[in-house]
Amino acid sequence: MSVTTSPPPERVHPLPEPTFADVNRDVLATLRPPSNLYFLWMSVVALILTAGILAWTYQIWVGMGAAGKRTPQMWAMYITTFVFWIGIGHAGTLISAVLYLFRARWRTSIYRAAEAMTIFAVMTAGLFPLIHAGRMWFAYFLLPYPNQRYLWPNFRSPLVWDVFAISTYLSISTVFFIVGLVPDIAALRDASEGWRRRIYSMLALGWEGEHAQWRHYRRAYGLLAALATPLVLSVHSVVSWDFAMALVPGWHSTLFAPFFVNGAIFSGFAMVIVLVLPMRHYFRLHSYIRDKHVDAMAKLILVTSLVLTYFYACEAFTAWYSGDHFERSSLFWRSTGTYAWAIWLMYFCNSVSPLVLFSKRMRLNPVALYVVSIFVLIGMWFERFNIIVPSLAHDFYPYTWGIYVPTVTDTTIIIGSFAWFFILFLGFIKLMPSLSIVEVKETLPHPVRDTAHAVHH
Amino acid sequence: MPSITETILGVFAHVDTIVRALENLRAKGYHDLTVYTPVPVHEIEDVLERDRPVSRVRLFTLIGGLTGTTSGFLLTIWTAMEWGLVTGGKPVASIPPYVVIAFELTILFGGLATVIGMAILGRLPRVRPSPTYDPRFTNDRFGVAVHCPPDRAASVREILRGAGAEEVRP
Repeated sequence: MSVTTSPPPERVHPLPEPTFADVNRDVLATLRPPSNLYFLWMSVVALILTAGILAWTYQIWVGMGAAGKRTPQMWAMYITTFVFWIGIGHAGTLISAVLYLFRARWRTSIYRAAEAMTIFAVMTAGLFPLIHAGRMWFAYFLLPYPNQRYLWPNFRSPLVWDVFAISTYLSISTVFFIVGLVPDIAALRDASEGWRRRIYSMLALGWEGEHAQWRHYRRAYGLLAALATPLVLSVHSVVSWDFAMALVPGWHSTLFAPFFVNGAIFSGFAMVIVLVLPMRHYFRLHSYIRDKHVDAMAKLILVTSLVLTYFYACEAFTAWYSGDHFERSSLFWRSTGTYAWAIWLMYFCNSVSPLVLFSKRMRLNPVALYVVSIFVLIGMWFERFNIIVPSLAHDFYPYTWGIYVPTVTDTTIIIGSFAWFFILFLGFIKLMPSLSIVEVKETLPHPVRDTAHAVHH
Repeated sequence: MPSITETILGVFAHVDTIVRALENLRAKGYHDLTVYTPVPVHEIEDVLERDRPVSRVRLFTLIGGLTGTTSGFLLTIWTAMEWGLVTGGKPVASIPPYVVIAFELTILFGGLATVIGMAILGRLPRVRPSPTYDPRFTNDRFGVAVHCPPDRAASVREILRGAGAEEVRP
């Protein structure tokens, strides 16, 4: 998506703080009937999604060979993309729960979009176990309860932990999202007419903003944030144990949990930037999503990038220092063998390109920030690729080695998954308030008549 | 049947004026108040919750969370004991990996119970809007509905106006 190259208005002259009524008006304006540009984007995305669905249909028809799956490369791009999307979701929960607990006020204007991103990312990720299962009509075999099908869950397996972690993550993120939406939908209900009003009335559950409601609401919101915080750290740790619990060289490392969580937050923030900058531009939300908010996100990308660089160094150092022949040769092969281009691309995207964000001018330049974010997304996708594919390609014995080559089918499915994510997000921004009405108002100075007694907090 | 209480609604545009009205009302002994705000406001909370215990939502969270922990361990241990996967001298019911399941279910049940608690305590969903509700309360106006005996209505109106209400009705 193209981003404005002209300087954002607030650098020309500072925008005045909006009032409460301005917030309602401006958020409602985002829900006006969409422009032709919106429909154009929607059609492009829908076309790509259709291609993805057709590719999946072909894979179901022909079999998993169509996706280039042959031993030892049974995970390949599907699990790569699965881990990638789960990671994307993490920034949303970080913004909505962790930053809420830390009372970071800059989160308010971006948290709704980030939370929606979380849910859509997890929904996209959730497709991959199904696509990867091949005969996805047997997907209910994954349900972790003992049964009469002569198979029962092994709760010692990280793959079963994964089922619990991902489904809990999806449920809690959705609940958190809905709880945040209720007062905002009430505001939409009161501002709309006709059939929209009827639908919003139902969705608002009769919310009136009465003190007794707010009292329980605030307490519940805080508790949900407190529950979501350890959850978000646990989910990617559990995903990382899918690898770390196996003995494969390059996977079997205690470093993996923090490594994955940090990478998840890193890529998630990049995705937030990719979604929020065009949203701010097209909806003219410059007085809400201010430069200082974008700056704060850019700083978080920079910090997580530096931490990730440290983890890369740790990973290489422990492989070398372990003295383990297989670890060392796996590392050596990864950085010089068939997939060497992928690992050096990853180092460039994740460790080098975010360094430009040390400059404040670059952090405030939407184009530069956008380009860096896209590099980060590419880099993080390749990080998951570099963990999964080269490690399996080159493990203990030469007779188990094998190179994976992508096919048209699985590549189309992967690209289609991005279209699925964007179509959900595009739909969301026209149906629901993509900016939290209540939380934005909370950070504004409250209206007072007697300014001498104005309360600052 | 004639109602034994009357309800007076005051609409305010500012936080300081509504806080003044609440202080005055409480000082005069009116405690049956319904306050509407577009956002939660600390100052209003300070006045109204001076002598009220914290919301009981946390009790729901605690019970939900503990139920999750228990059911996580019960499900895993029971499955292992009933359909054992015996491997290399390892305990059939091995607790450390089950902690992961119990943890996830703690969060899941705790979170769902919190929302259910919020809905029950906040009496949601509501089918009909309450008679004193005004659509401006989700935009930029604050409201206080005072429930009082009919003979005190005049004095309530007086207090509301005196504090700076923009509108008093009926």
